[in-house]
Amino acid sequence: MNEIIKVEVFSENVVKLVVKAPRIARSRKPGHFIILRIDEHGERIPLTIAGADEKAGTITLVAQKVGVTSTKLCEMKPGDQILDLVGPLGKATHIEKVGTVLACGGGVGVAPLLPIVEGFKKAGNRVVTILAARSKDLIILEDEIRQWSDEVIIMTDDGSYGRKGLVTAGAEEVIRREQVDECIAIGPAVMMKFTSLLTKKYEIPTQASLNAIMVDGTGMCGACRVSVGGQTRFTCVDGPEFDAHQIDFDELMLRLGCYREEEKEAFERYHQSVNA
Amino acid sequence: MQEYLKQQREQAWRVELRGKIKNKERGEIQRVKMPEMNPSERVCYQNREVNLGLTVEQAVKEAQRCMDCVNPTCIEGCPVSINIPKFVKNIERGEFIEAAKTLKETSALPAVCGRVCPQEKQCEASCFYTLKLKKVPVAIGYLERFAADFERESGQMTVPETAPKNGMKVAAIGSGPASLAFAGDMIKLGYEVTVFEALHEIGGVLKYGIPEFRLPNKIVDVELSNLEKMGVRFERNFIVGRTASFDDLKAEGYQAFFVASGAGLPRFMNIPGENYNGILSSNEYLTRVNLMNASDPDFDTPVLRGKNVAVIGGGNTAMDSVRTAKRLGAERAMIIYRRSREEMPARVEEIHHAEEEGIEFINLTNPTEYFADDKGRVNRMRVQRMELGEPDASGRRRPVVIEGSEYDIPVDVVVVAVGVSPNPLVPSELPQLKVSRWGTIEVDAETMQSSMPELFAGGDIVRGGATVILAMGDGRRAAAGMHNYLQGN
Ligand SMILES: Cc1cc2nc3c(=O)[nH]c(=O)nc-3n(C[C@H](O)[C@H](O)[C@H](O)COP(=O)(O)OP(=O)(O)OC[C@H]3O[C@@H](n4cnc5c(N)ncnc54)[C@H](O)[C@@H]3O)c2cc1C
Ligand SMILES: Cc1cc2nc3c(=O)[nH]c(=O)nc-3n(C[C@H](O)[C@H](O)[C@H](O)COP(=O)(O)OP(=O)(O)OC[C@H]3O[C@@H](n4cnc5c(N)ncnc54)[C@H](O)[C@@H]3O)c2cc1C
Ligand code: SF4
Ligand code: SF4
Ligand code: FES
Repeated sequence: MNEIIKVEVFSENVVKLVVKAPRIARSRKPGHFIILRIDEHGERIPLTIAGADEKAGTITLVAQKVGVTSTKLCEMKPGDQILDLVGPLGKATHIEKVGTVLACGGGVGVAPLLPIVEGFKKAGNRVVTILAARSKDLIILEDEIRQWSDEVIIMTDDGSYGRKGLVTAGAEEVIRREQVDECIAIGPAVMMKFTSLLTKKYEIPTQASLNAIMVDGTGMCGACRVSVGGQTRFTCVDGPEFDAHQIDFDELMLRLGCYREEEKEAFERYHQSVNA
Repeated sequence: MQEYLKQQREQAWRVELRGKIKNKERGEIQRVKMPEMNPSERVCYQNREVNLGLTVEQAVKEAQRCMDCVNPTCIEGCPVSINIPKFVKNIERGEFIEAAKTLKETSALPAVCGRVCPQEKQCEASCFYTLKLKKVPVAIGYLERFAADFERESGQMTVPETAPKNGMKVAAIGSGPASLAFAGDMIKLGYEVTVFEALHEIGGVLKYGIPEFRLPNKIVDVELSNLEKMGVRFERNFIVGRTASFDDLKAEGYQAFFVASGAGLPRFMNIPGENYNGILSSNEYLTRVNLMNASDPDFDTPVLRGKNVAVIGGGNTAMDSVRTAKRLGAERAMIIYRRSREEMPARVEEIHHAEEEGIEFINLTNPTEYFADDKGRVNRMRVQRMELGEPDASGRRRPVVIEGSEYDIPVDVVVVAVGVSPNPLVPSELPQLKVSRWGTIEVDAETMQSSMPELFAGGDIVRGGATVILAMGDGRRAAAGMHNYLQGN
């Protein structure tokens, strides 16, 4: 059992949770994630470790409501218990001093981006971060990101905050303006796809962190498989970060929709049960 | 060993029992038929066991068939050398609890092995009936299950005694049959034993792989709760090497490790279209249904239900998957296997049950490509026919492609069950550990000690995919090996 210590509501759909998990707090590195199961009937879902406090023995998760499990999670209160929580999973981000790093975060992808931005900054890089979302209230963790970035550019689809436009518009501006040595993109699959196409044009090495559907997270089931450079890889053990220019994003997007019908039904059932 | 068996055989009660019925009469008794749920009913239930178990009368009658041979060849067929005539004769004289105790002298999980051992290749294959009389063997597996079930249901299951604590801490990694057998032996010897499991359930393949219709979870749970009563600690959601490193655990006082992390890595065939939606590994399919209860709408995990489900492979995993598909409502549940029925590695009983349940067997056939609709969901598979050529290294005849024999089969779910590879997690954390070219951990066959003296290993991570009983045997040998090592012998 893992107790929820603190809950902070970022927006209607995004919540930050501080959860007791002393072992993971000690062993995690930027790029790692956990898998949790809320209760006996729950499913296992992956969430990135957005931060950790080793002394307090806690980790930070940022979750966005998209379906049944993430919604239940976002509605939990301090003192509630998460039945199962396992990690840290995945390969840690390869962080070194490369020069200038362009970090692109879309929507809730900013949460996994935070520890990576922090890592690159601490390794002595210049870090330019682009935060992108549909509208102002979906921009999260701005202060935390600013703390570890030399510059932050905010882009919203509707122009309600920062500049109006997609993440790629902001990214291209930076690339044209200065030498960028590495790019990191985390967010919805489409956003990563177009960011990757852009950096490929400019031949900038790019990492993307994939959000494949997972079950066990230990390399046992293959649900999370993706094609990278024409080869099948498992996101949970070989990733979640891969060379973005090698990733088959179209396949990833199709695979993310695999259980859409089942998930929609489950969500409707859930809403009915909550409203009843 | 031979001496001991002889001595046991000469005990008065056995001599007397042998005299009661003539061997000729014993030989004329028909082998018992296992009562089972009828096929049309059982395909409606994912979690009702197909085999119902022998009645007392059936068990005693079957036990009478056993001739209590001077040279009990059956024992040689059992990987852990269970004293088969002794337990069978105890059933014949009605001492069922004694029979269960005999099983437990060597096997940690008789109720499990009685159900899942490939008896037809092991003990029953070397029974006197099979070898000399050319008749169907004594139903050793059914009897084993009977005795173990009888003990459990009688409420007279005793918790074995444990030696006083010796103050030493050891860890088992993974919670499959190898670790459970290891933990049982080590706790009896007085060690403090912790079993670490990556998943949220204890039991390894027994829980996430083998379905309830073959091995009910409650049977495994009884064994687990016994181990807990004896003092074994279980740590769920704990990946050794990630959650904590081996060095962390050493710093916490663990002096030796038994690695039984299994062969969990699914293999795919790397043919075009294999990543379309609706194509999944048997591990994923079975885990969703068995571990996550996906077939029950009260649980949140989804599973794809297909009308036309094809399962690729001919092993136990393939049979479990295809029978699960049938139970989830498939109209057509097919096995696609590249050799013929004779070469199938699955237990004969499972193949037979699958046939009864209306599973279609498309043998001597192999997939070459998958096709999908515009949403990326598989809707068709291309297969080619095979014929059997010369025997290969495994002694089975090698399948050879028949050129120009391709045709298409409509499918909406495909389960790939073509084998697994050793779990790479532990070896990847320990660069100094010696592993084979296939990724299995190399150990001394007697002591199960690896190239790192404090690290022992067994089960599928050493054998690369074997059986429950072999894994258990490894666990017991490793316990003996580790005990020796820690006592400085
Ligand atoms: C390594 C990794 C790290 C992640 N980190 C975070 C994080 O820090 N914060 C966060 O909010 N989310 C994160 N995700 C995504 C998160 O796991 C999913 O949002 C969650 O599984 C959805 O579960 P659900 O039951 O609420 O929704 P479901 O009912 O399962 O799905 C609802 C909808 O979301 C889509 N969906 C399902 N699974 C995923 C997925 N894995 N990614 C994207 N869309 C999905 C479905 O297609 C469906 O349309 C991460 C995913 C991975 C693989
Ligand atoms: C579907 C299916 C059906 C089968 N049917 C039969 C049958 O009928 N008869 C038969 O004899 N055999 C059968 N087998 C084979 C048999 O189940 C295996 O040989 C046996 O379970 C191997 O046992 P094990 O102890 O080595 O490991 P497993 O049972 O594989 O358990 C390994 C466990 O280790 C955990 N783990 C891995 N790495 C770590 C880590 N780093 N830290 C913590 N935990 C970790 C895994 O999560 C897993 O739970 C079947 C297998 C499958 C998949
Ligand atoms: S453990 Fe398996 S092989 Fe040994 S006697 Fe029992 S059923 Fe036969
Ligand atoms: S070989 Fe067969 S008949 Fe002989 S003791 Fe063993 S089980 Fe009985
Ligand atoms: S989630 Fe099962 S293999 Fe990656």
